[in-house]
Amino acid sequence: MATRTVIPFGPQHPVLPEPVHLDLVVEGEKVVQAIPSIGFVHRGLEKLVEKKDFTEYVFVAERICGICSFIHGMTYCHGVEQIMGIEVPRRAQYLRVIWSELSRIHSHLLWLGLAADSFGFENLFMASWRIREHVLNIIEATTGNRVIFSSCRVGGVARDIDDATLKDIVARLEGLATDLRNLGEVFLDDTTVKHRTVGVGVLTKEHARELGAVGPTLRGSGVASDMRQLKYAAYGDLAFEPLVEDGCDCHARCKVRVREIGQSIDLIRQAAARIPAGEIAVKVKGTPSGEFFARTEQPRGEVVYYLRANGTRNLDRLRVRTPTFANLPPLVKMLENCDLADVPVIVLTIDPCISCTER
Amino acid sequence: MPLFNMTATALRNLFARPATRLYPAEKRELPAGTRGRLTIDIETCIFCGICQKKCPTDALRVERDAKRWSIDRLGCIACANCVDACPKDCLSMETGHSPAMLTRDKETHTPAAKPPAAPTQP
Repeated sequence: MATRTVIPFGPQHPVLPEPVHLDLVVEGEKVVQAIPSIGFVHRGLEKLVEKKDFTEYVFVAERICGICSFIHGMTYCHGVEQIMGIEVPRRAQYLRVIWSELSRIHSHLLWLGLAADSFGFENLFMASWRIREHVLNIIEATTGNRVIFSSCRVGGVARDIDDATLKDIVARLEGLATDLRNLGEVFLDDTTVKHRTVGVGVLTKEHARELGAVGPTLRGSGVASDMRQLKYAAYGDLAFEPLVEDGCDCHARCKVRVREIGQSIDLIRQAAARIPAGEIAVKVKGTPSGEFFARTEQPRGEVVYYLRANGTRNLDRLRVRTPTFANLPPLVKMLENCDLADVPVIVLTIDPCISCTER
Repeated sequence: MPLFNMTATALRNLFARPATRLYPAEKRELPAGTRGRLTIDIETCIFCGICQKKCPTDALRVERDAKRWSIDRLGCIACANCVDACPKDCLSMETGHSPAMLTRDKETHTPAAKPPAAPTQP
């Protein structure tokens, strides 16, 4: 048997901005086993729910993640609204869809950039982030901030988008089509990119299901699962199908994300065309009492919020299961028998957000 | 050819204007709705204390008796929850962000002293 060495990977690593730590057991250049450990950035945000008023906790929920912040806030609001039986106005539901999809586009573009960076394609990295900047400008103009939107409230949303601006948003997103197509072509066809991603980090359909993978990691392994099909917010009115790839490798996961950007633009187009006029929020009266599991689709996959309320202004318990936490066991599986040089690329393809995971 | 997919983009980048700005010489124009920093029209404030109650980070302090409204700029997360709650609409968000600070002092606002009322004739 060859000599086994343990190489520590992270929590500080030039490729990953997130503090994930892996102990890589290697035999020569091959990784035999990967042992993850997390817990470097725990912030105790779940505990804060006992201190903050239930309507104010939405600002804390948004800060669980710095990328999919809006969807965290929305999931929390969705949970509280379900417990209290609040009927959220349709217009607010549509606005939530529009902001969720804008979040998804900017998150996927950020990920594509980081992926390009992980295999050393700096030019592609810059190209992805240049397009992302246009999306962030739209978000800032409509919500008042670039990543922490603070536009979701229990009972609705804080701001409205007028119809002319909605048309303008759709036009601006469609204007990005050429740039996105050029970018997508590089990610999907370029020999250099393929060389680093095809056949790397394979996660079979069976393993993906057994180990509980979620989001693009699961869909890249050929399983059609998308929480938006649960029809929360206004997704029930919009036509879409989960985008699935059968490659089961890093390239397939990359492909899912590239295609999902187009899907998100299409969803925004549909939502902008159908959005009804009316109120954007209802007044919240009383206090919540009961429990609810809220499940929504983040750019990284399914997020689960469990809320238990006891009839006071503070919730009793909040539990957040983030997509990265669900994707860690599949990641360990993917890393088995891979080359040491492929580890950063494989770790990135689950789009790890360790700060979310540790909350 | 797949090997040269990026070439066209790279060549365009070579001759195109830079996507970045020469900050601070050239500053970005912020959209009208940007939540930069909280401002108060202290003359209209009635010191009811609702903003203090609504602030999720306890960055605001209202002293009704002393007629003093203060904000911890480093604690404010610019969520605009207070702006929505203010009954007199004296709070608003400016687009520009707070400048860097040298001390952790709170920023305090008090209404300008009114001239004393003319003495009444006995």
